[in-house]
Amino acid sequence: MTLYAVQKFLYELNRTPALQTAYEEDRHAVLEPFDLSEEETSALVEPDIGKLFHLGVNGQILMHFAAFHQIEWQDYLQRMRDGIANYGPVREGVYAMTTGLDDVVAPVQQSSEGSAS
Amino acid sequence: MSLVFAGVCSHAPGITGRAHMADPDVRDRFYDAFRQMGDDLRAARPDAVVIIAAEHFANFFMNNMPSFAIGMANSYEGPIEDPGWLGIGRRQVPGNRDISQRFITEVMKGSDIAYAEEWKFDHGIMVPLNFLTPDYDIPVIPVNINCQGPPLAPLERAWAFGESMRGACEAMPERIAIIGTGGISHWPATPDSGKINEEWDLEFMDRWCRNDKAALLDDDSYNDLKVYADAGQGGFEIRTYLTVSAAAGGAQGVVHFCEPIPIFAVSCTVATYDLATV
Repeated sequence: MTLYAVQKFLYELNRTPALQTAYEEDRHAVLEPFDLSEEETSALVEPDIGKLFHLGVNGQILMHFAAFHQIEWQDYLQRMRDGIANYGPVREGVYAMTTGLDDVVAPVQQSSEGSAS
Repeated sequence: MSLVFAGVCSHAPGITGRAHMADPDVRDRFYDAFRQMGDDLRAARPDAVVIIAAEHFANFFMNNMPSFAIGMANSYEGPIEDPGWLGIGRRQVPGNRDISQRFITEVMKGSDIAYAEEWKFDHGIMVPLNFLTPDYDIPVIPVNINCQGPPLAPLERAWAFGESMRGACEAMPERIAIIGTGGISHWPATPDSGKINEEWDLEFMDRWCRNDKAALLDDDSYNDLKVYADAGQGGFEIRTYLTVSAAAGGAQGVVHFCEPIPIFAVSCTVATYDLATV
């Protein structure tokens, strides 16, 4: 029942395709070996990106988890903001939020051109 | 000596993954500078490219977190991220176990490090390679400095690590290039993503170009609390940049590009040392 356990699960999930498949089949079952609270389990099953950010999950771990769930970038940022609005400031860790809830930090300039690769 | 190229560049995943969201003018000028760095790198004819990244939990976690680690394999897979999200397809990237092993053995004479015979590349290495060696035809020696999970190695130890790598280059017959990636100020993967302290970035790059050890390691400017306040948790990645400074042994640097692109979350940066100035 610690941030460490939440992040350890996400670390394993992010880098292990077989675990990703198992997670898609039965989310509760893959979480069983990890010492998680009901709040943490619920956030990982839903997934509740805002709650996970509020709990203090490192953004580099959370970002990959959001990408795995096909959550678009701007939606990912908004879900974290919503998490702070709904649950309060980040509880621990170094990935806190420093801007205001309604600040526009990185405006998007859409272009019709392709990607870099 | 056999250090034939030294430089630094950004590695933010948005550079490739969110290319379509950026101002095309500044984005394309940045891409041009990035690709020019690749041309210059290949013109130096390195036998291996050391890529110093601050990896992001692709390989190492807080159950056993090395401050410094070097890869030792004949090939590596990447990116670990969803290829569509990153805008870079998954592939095998060539390494060279023999060169890595001899490099590691020499580095160990000056620095205590971990080595890894397995290593999955994330954006910290894949984004730079996408521009620098797009044909993936030069063996890579991946290096990681822990910039994510505090406690972090002091800047002085990162400097010493760079000096150890310089010593390793001098002891080896191969031609070695060293690239540091990451930074500079940024608040990545948070709601603050896109916040950039441009003035802080330019000040740091001025110190980097002068290769001023005292200024780069200045505790009043760059202790972890100050960096966190001024440059965000992403600012901890200055370790990769100043490690290259130490490896370059007093060479003077040139910034080829350093401009904020908020949707990429950083001051996008390309800079190299002129090794002829040593």
